[in-house]
Amino acid sequence: MSGERMILNMGPHHPATHGVLRLEVETDGEVVAAVRPDIGYLHRSIEKIGERVEWAQFVPYTDRVDYVCAMNANHAYVLAVEALLAHDPATRLAIPRRAEAIRVLVAELNRISSHLIAVGAMAMDIGAYTPFLHAIAQREAVNDLFERLCGQRLTYNYMTVGGVAFDLHAGAEEQIAAFLGELEREMVRFNRLVTANAIFRERCAGVAVVGAAEAVAWGLSGPNLRGSGVAMDLRRDAPYGIYGELDVQVPVGEAYAGARGRVGDCYDRYVVRLLEILESVRLIRAVLGLLPPPAAKADDPVGGFQADATKALRAPPAGEVRVRTEAPRGEMAYILVSTGGRQPWRVRVRTGSFTACAMLGHLLPGVFLADVVAIIGSLDIVLPEVDR
Amino acid sequence: MGGTDPDLPDGVHLTAVDDLFAWGKEHSLFYLLFATACCGIELMQTGGPRYDVDRLGMIPRATPRQADLMIIAGTITHKMASRVRTLWEQMTEPRWVVSMGACANSGGPFSKASYSVLNGVDKVIPVDVYIPGCPPRPEALIDGVMVLRERVRRYRTLGLRDRDPQVIAGADDDFGTHPGKA
Ligand code: SF4
Repeated sequence: MSGERMILNMGPHHPATHGVLRLEVETDGEVVAAVRPDIGYLHRSIEKIGERVEWAQFVPYTDRVDYVCAMNANHAYVLAVEALLAHDPATRLAIPRRAEAIRVLVAELNRISSHLIAVGAMAMDIGAYTPFLHAIAQREAVNDLFERLCGQRLTYNYMTVGGVAFDLHAGAEEQIAAFLGELEREMVRFNRLVTANAIFRERCAGVAVVGAAEAVAWGLSGPNLRGSGVAMDLRRDAPYGIYGELDVQVPVGEAYAGARGRVGDCYDRYVVRLLEILESVRLIRAVLGLLPPPAAKADDPVGGFQADATKALRAPPAGEVRVRTEAPRGEMAYILVSTGGRQPWRVRVRTGSFTACAMLGHLLPGVFLADVVAIIGSLDIVLPEVDR
Repeated sequence: MGGTDPDLPDGVHLTAVDDLFAWGKEHSLFYLLFATACCGIELMQTGGPRYDVDRLGMIPRATPRQADLMIIAGTITHKMASRVRTLWEQMTEPRWVVSMGACANSGGPFSKASYSVLNGVDKVIPVDVYIPGCPPRPEALIDGVMVLRERVRRYRTLGLRDRDPQVIAGADDDFGTHPGKA
């Protein structure tokens, strides 16, 4: 097939690019011939800001590195700072066990709400508007919970270096348990509506297949990597927090779409996200089971929720740390360099969306133009993670 | 709209054409589905089942040529600024702009510290209503839209319209106690 090439600009304002991504698409008829992603429309220089604010003041900015899963972004940063403080026994913090458990609890809840947006938005991009509303309805329940917990619906600023800002509110555990039950029922309905839908399945089956070796070579991570059949999850393979005590199951892509499906196609990435929602439900139940009861003192090593880090952060040890965590969109790593001052010398964020976005130029040529939005949706690219 | 004359038969209503148009515009504010950053998620959830702005006649449109209202939801960077201007120019009159969130109002958390963020979208397009918050709650966004609707009602053909921007805020707001500090 060859004819006159046409250049098509998608974005930066395009409802299906999930933010302000611009794609310069060269088309040959209905087929994409070449794609050049143009990023930077949301570059807010968050890494540079990290060099100008104090250690603890950077936590609200991590919310904005990925606002769809702000808790996970918080988690990665505070773990990195704590790892830095642990370099020196004088500044090492004893994180209360209850705080660690609460962190994992909220991180998993946020993973659920992030994946809900991802699967809902993917269905919307393909042309089904209703699933998105179902997903948003469930997300509202998580937002309610977080609002009771820390007063914010989206950008939580909940985790602090040393623990979490507030203890769980009264009745939180029942609220979470009730939500999980409702979510499980809703997921059954959602699967009937979307996952089992023949049109949706046919539309995604065998589209944009990423083989296991290819996914590793391009540095994909998170559900995108697992969708290609690579069972790799930092929560299991390099556990942090209390994940080591939990039994984390890792769902991978298995050509779920049936006859036309291939391992690593759009449908596999979508199904892996759904399975991860259910896995998170299981993990949250497990965390609720081993949550120590609250103690009177905030910095109690078991039942407290926050160790005081004020003094340690005034003179942290010099050095460099690199901490990797598993965020909903893949590996979220913080690389911090300290010269012993009150501010970081360098903050570097590495996110899963960035590598997924880098792959677009490789993945899109050869597909039909109409599939472009489905592929972007299945990779779950969120632009602040890319541009930062 | 104007009054109903008791001498007229049922179902007949006298009004000025301008009033009729304003009434129609007020109740069908189609908005541009335009989200750059975090506030965009709240905008999406405002359109979701709980807050359901569809009931106010607000339906998201993907293209500026079909939209009456542009809700700037999120950070505008220098790279994005000219595109925002282009989008605004593509909208037909009467067009309205709501600036949602600290970033669109003033650059918000990035105003001083960042080298790449535009300090307020009003540097490139005129804004009708400012909504503070980071991000504003969906209720605040709806509040802003209700204020805007007043403005739309007062709009007259030939473009006579309110020009002074309005800020949604209550200095005497009682924010209550922080939920974490009970
Ligand atoms: S105002 Fe706050 S929530 Fe809204 S875009 Fe800016 S940083 Fe994000």
